[in-house]
Amino acid sequence: MSETLLEVRDITIHHGQLCAINDVSFRLGQGEVLAMIGANGAGKSTLLRTLAGLHRPTSGVIEYEGADIVKMSPNKRVEAGISLVPEGRRLFSSMTLEENLKVGAFRAKKGPFNIDRIYELFDWMPERRKQNVWQLSGGEQQAVAIGRALVANPQVLLLDELSLGLAPIIIERIYALVPEIVASGVSILIVEQDVAQGVAVANRVHCLLEGKTSLTGVPSDLTSEQIDRAYFGADLTTVTTESESAE
Amino acid sequence: MIWLNVVIQGVLLGGFYALFACGLSLMFGVLKVINLAHGDMAVVAAYVAVFLTPHLHIPEVWSFLVVVPLFGLIGYVVQRTLIQKSIDRDPFTTLLVTFGLSVVIENILLEAYTANGQTVNIGALITKSWHPTSIIYISYVSLAVLAAAVIVLALLQLFLSYTGTGRLIRAVADDREAAQLSGANYRHIFGVAAAIAFATVALAGIAFGMMTQFAPTSGGVNLLFAFEAVVIGGIGSLWGTLVGGVALGVAQQFGAHLNPQYQVLAGNLLFLLVLAVRPQGLFGKKTALS
Repeated sequence: MSETLLEVRDITIHHGQLCAINDVSFRLGQGEVLAMIGANGAGKSTLLRTLAGLHRPTSGVIEYEGADIVKMSPNKRVEAGISLVPEGRRLFSSMTLEENLKVGAFRAKKGPFNIDRIYELFDWMPERRKQNVWQLSGGEQQAVAIGRALVANPQVLLLDELSLGLAPIIIERIYALVPEIVASGVSILIVEQDVAQGVAVANRVHCLLEGKTSLTGVPSDLTSEQIDRAYFGADLTTVTTESESAE
Repeated sequence: MIWLNVVIQGVLLGGFYALFACGLSLMFGVLKVINLAHGDMAVVAAYVAVFLTPHLHIPEVWSFLVVVPLFGLIGYVVQRTLIQKSIDRDPFTTLLVTFGLSVVIENILLEAYTANGQTVNIGALITKSWHPTSIIYISYVSLAVLAAAVIVLALLQLFLSYTGTGRLIRAVADDREAAQLSGANYRHIFGVAAAIAFATVALAGIAFGMMTQFAPTSGGVNLLFAFEAVVIGGIGSLWGTLVGGVALGVAQQFGAHLNPQYQVLAGNLLFLLVLAVRPQGLFGKKTALS
């Protein structure tokens, strides 16, 4: 197994009164792509926000490069090399495309990514760099959000629901970049509702069900039945199989 | 020609309002804090200029060179301690805390310097003016204040547009969490924004002291005019604040020309009119990223 970059042990996270994540553990190795899948409300986004430092866990340990970072502020984590592409993109709406990237690059570590490299990755960007981001389409905005996180030269890139609100072809195009990003030395933790997309790009899959781990494994070892059961919960699978047998 | 003079006087007054208001606008736009002590900070700056800088053997007319940086520093410290603590609780706490601060400041000033009117002594300059015609007169002090307002707003605009820290200030104003995810320490950015706000209001306070008399309780009414300038111009737009200040100044001068009692009334009527017809202000933006 590759060297561990990020390790989460026995983490429990509350969202107000609600227990969003209940005693979950996993690790992300150097150069790995881990897909965290699960239905709406499984606690995936809360988990990513906690890893990025926007949310404090109730208990548990988050180790990054061997050091506990639970108390580290979000901006320090960016400087340390953990960047989150948040759900809903969250671009700076009063700014141009280029200004959004410049904000991302302001506290950047040294590394393979800079604004020019992002412009190579997304070749449509240079000619539209002076445009305000609200003039861009959803897929383009998602690309800017990814670029804004990448220019900080993260070691760990956290991607939250990239597919949200995008057309399938756009989603495919965005996911096609994952191998290239990994090749630059970035490890990726993906949170996805779109299971097929997540599983396709991942080395390992971690499935959450109502805040608990329901399945972990390597995609090639897992059957789609196993994933379905872990995704929807065992009861629902029984119902599905029953209805299937009835047909 | 008389009306031209009214407009000119209004524009000159508006420059002062814009200088006074830009810090308020920045604090609200970035920190989402309505600083009810904003006007009092201006008055404190004027008192410092009159009573403390002479000890440094600096003529009062140049006092801003010391007082403005000093207030920038005070702004950063007050933000990182008092205001940040109240932001961490909830927005209403910031209102209470800044209101409390305002009361405390006014009473300390009353205690220390009595309720007597003071003015920043600039010598013979106060009476000098330019008369292009027999009716129009332009006071050098007012003209200097208008020029200062334009320069401050232009520098602020350049800073926000073209420097890394300036962009982070805008980023934090747009989306605080997303800015944190881009590596911004928002507390520090808040401090920088507060430092700018306090520095500009210190300059405005000294300008006020040069143009007219001030007393410990002068802050309140100026704060009201600053609010009106910001709302008329549109929140979040620096040049809007200048236009808002000028519009307010012109309206007030028109009112005052009809009847001196109508000065404040005319400004308030314009303010209400803008709120009714264009609530986002003349230069305010309605659109936002969905």
